[in-house]
Amino acid sequence: MNYIDHHAHMVSRTTDDYQQLALTGCVAVTEPAFWAGWDRSGADGFEDYFRQLTEFEPARAAQYRIQHYTWMAMNPKEADDRVLSREVLARIPKFLDRPTVLGIGEIGLNRVTRNEIETYTEQVELALAHRQMILIHTPHLEDKLKGTRISVDVLNSFPTIERERVMVDHAEEHTLRPILDNGYWAGLTLYPQTKVSAARAADMIERFGPERICIAGACDWGPSDPIAVPRFIMEMRRRRHPEERIHRVVFDNPVQFLSGSPKFRIRRDVAQEVAR
Amino acid sequence: MDSRSPLSPREIVDEYFIENRTRLLEIAAFLDRLDGNDSGFAARDFRMQAFTEALESIAAGSDRVDRLLMLFSDPTTDPLGALDRKSAFGAYDRGKAQGSGEARQ
Repeated sequence: MNYIDHHAHMVSRTTDDYQQLALTGCVAVTEPAFWAGWDRSGADGFEDYFRQLTEFEPARAAQYRIQHYTWMAMNPKEADDRVLSREVLARIPKFLDRPTVLGIGEIGLNRVTRNEIETYTEQVELALAHRQMILIHTPHLEDKLKGTRISVDVLNSFPTIERERVMVDHAEEHTLRPILDNGYWAGLTLYPQTKVSAARAADMIERFGPERICIAGACDWGPSDPIAVPRFIMEMRRRRHPEERIHRVVFDNPVQFLSGSPKFRIRRDVAQEVAR
Repeated sequence: MDSRSPLSPREIVDEYFIENRTRLLEIAAFLDRLDGNDSGFAARDFRMQAFTEALESIAAGSDRVDRLLMLFSDPTTDPLGALDRKSAFGAYDRGKAQGSGEARQ
């Protein structure tokens, strides 16, 4: 089954992982800008990273016939540093016109500090000023509930925001309903430990329905699985869900959300195959 | 759209019983391992206090996942004044929030 992983940190992965993605039916990934696992020493490091995301990584993915799109941001893990954040934000606009940049992301909160909220709010403003889509990271573990509530409150404070062009990612059972009820897209992240398992993701689809929900692996430099989405497909099949329902979640939904950017286009041969 | 699992209750148990039996045994082994090292540690560590409460909550039935996630969550609404660390702990330190440093090990 063809699928799209809307959240994959491919700069941290090997070519073997691209091969696994291609072999399991992945036709496109989108890669949000994120923390490298260690703090960068200055804004120049971010600019190099943004060049990697917009120049090198799409070419690497193309070798496996996978389309690669990306998002620009100051990530939540370094967003508490206000001086650095301002410098990074000043460098983002020049990347927004690049052909594979879909929007601003992943922005959001980590430990839910006042500084993080200021940086997050400025990035929402930046997205709106440039009419960009938004991808939001929500905090981990005990911080998720508070962080999601505040993230959604900040979004709601902007009356002009186009909610159908915003995804609040890393949702879990206790945060999914408020995200959906406020009109945003929700992402479920399949992680071995700190987020959601394939079984719990399937439970949430059964409980909340497939509307405005996407599934991603969010593979990165830590314990994570580049082929997490096919494992979700297997879990849904194990429960005998119909193929069209599974396809809607792993392909139709991400296409619908990502098409909020005019730059997102599924390759013609893939679109023809799906239409058959 | 009805998205409920097509599996019957019997089929759910047939399909998932063994792997969840394994998970239960892993939790029991983890707790025994901890007790074998220091039987009083779990009562002093805020993460294990939440873990123990979660185990009791599971036995109470229905809405278990939601209840457990809320139990582990920071229930406050005010942002932190300053960054304390990069990573979350996995459970909210309610002892610290009440002004007692004893819960944190």
